[in-house]
Amino acid sequence: MQSFDLVKPSTLAEAVSALAADGAQALSGGQTLIPVMKQRLAAPSVLVSLGGIAEMRGVAAAQGVLRIGAATPHAAVAREAAAHYPALAKLAGGIGDPAVRNRGTIGGSLANNDPSACYPSAALASGATIVTNRRQIAADDFFQGLFTTALQEGEIITEVQFPIPERAAYVKFEQPASRFALTAVFVAKYANGVRVAVTGASNDGVLRWKAAEERLSANFSASALSDLNLSGADMMADLHGSGDYRAHLAKVLTGRAVAAS
Amino acid sequence: MTKVTMTVNGKAVSAETEGRTLLVQFLREGAGLTGTHVGCDTSQCGACTVHVNGQAVKSCTIFAQDVAGAEVRTIEGMAHADGSLNPLQQAFNDCHGLQCGFCTPGMVMASAALLANNPRPTEAEIRHGLEGNICRCTGYHNIVKAVLQASGQTDTQGVAAE
Repeated sequence: MQSFDLVKPSTLAEAVSALAADGAQALSGGQTLIPVMKQRLAAPSVLVSLGGIAEMRGVAAAQGVLRIGAATPHAAVAREAAAHYPALAKLAGGIGDPAVRNRGTIGGSLANNDPSACYPSAALASGATIVTNRRQIAADDFFQGLFTTALQEGEIITEVQFPIPERAAYVKFEQPASRFALTAVFVAKYANGVRVAVTGASNDGVLRWKAAEERLSANFSASALSDLNLSGADMMADLHGSGDYRAHLAKVLTGRAVAAS
Repeated sequence: MTKVTMTVNGKAVSAETEGRTLLVQFLREGAGLTGTHVGCDTSQCGACTVHVNGQAVKSCTIFAQDVAGAEVRTIEGMAHADGSLNPLQQAFNDCHGLQCGFCTPGMVMASAALLANNPRPTEAEIRHGLEGNICRCTGYHNIVKAVLQASGQTDTQGVAAE
């Protein structure tokens, strides 16, 4: 790993100012960034740890919205969101392993936008709002492709706001070595319709399956999907599964998520 | 270089660190506590698991400066003051929950954290709770038995030989 200076501010304002330095990068739980730095795929000259900022941690529900501080670890979301948004809590409790969940954070996961990560599917299927130090970004605008988001230089996610659905479920077909999603689907049913987000499938990262949303909004049952098919043409293909396999899996998992919700 | 101080197994420990100094380096090279092992160095195997402020973490995937001031517990802090094994360590011994022993410090620390959160886990909960810790010798069965014994749910002494 290349050399860098680590700073650990205790307020958001200090973090924003530290991130203005040349070569500065934000560090949240580090469960992806630190392995990436060990491989020298990232070499920041300054790392700004967000772990000391109390205002960026915590889970609170009010008026149908669950607000999660961006530096809240997965283990805390699994515990504290369970009473408010069980499908989201279950997702958080299934990321990585217990030690990873004690460090990795929701903000870090969303900012990284790994195409096989769990959280982006929850944010997209929930129509969540990603709050930064500068603005509020709708999930539909936030995810912009492989490891790419709407975040600008020096912009920090501070909070994620999830409208709480009537029913929801996340079903992950786990890649057993990494425990990332080989493919996974988050289905959320709201009064004004159903949203379906698929992760671990598309070459462009997390996606909404709008054809399935239309069917499920009219008839919320797995059978409503029977004659729908996703194309495998733009899906990830590797030794674990072809694009067609992932497309098929996405359909099967969508049906299971509807049944489990 | 920045001086970092932590409380490790109840004692204040200080060492000079770089930004990139990992917690596991601080423990092994700074504090001289080599019981915490580096297995994969990629946060997958769990051999480096320690407790930071009571929570299990992979010490190869945390910077020492990021947890300055923390309360850290390592495998060296698990035995009783007179050197005798604590019930979890004794259960690993009784159940033959280790062969080469390389993963054992991490297994014990991860199991201790599991039992702190869930004092009477089922076998499935133990297997799920230890999925971040890899063992290439035991096939896990005797590790699971050890955790069951330590949680007072079975008297598995001698069961490893069956």
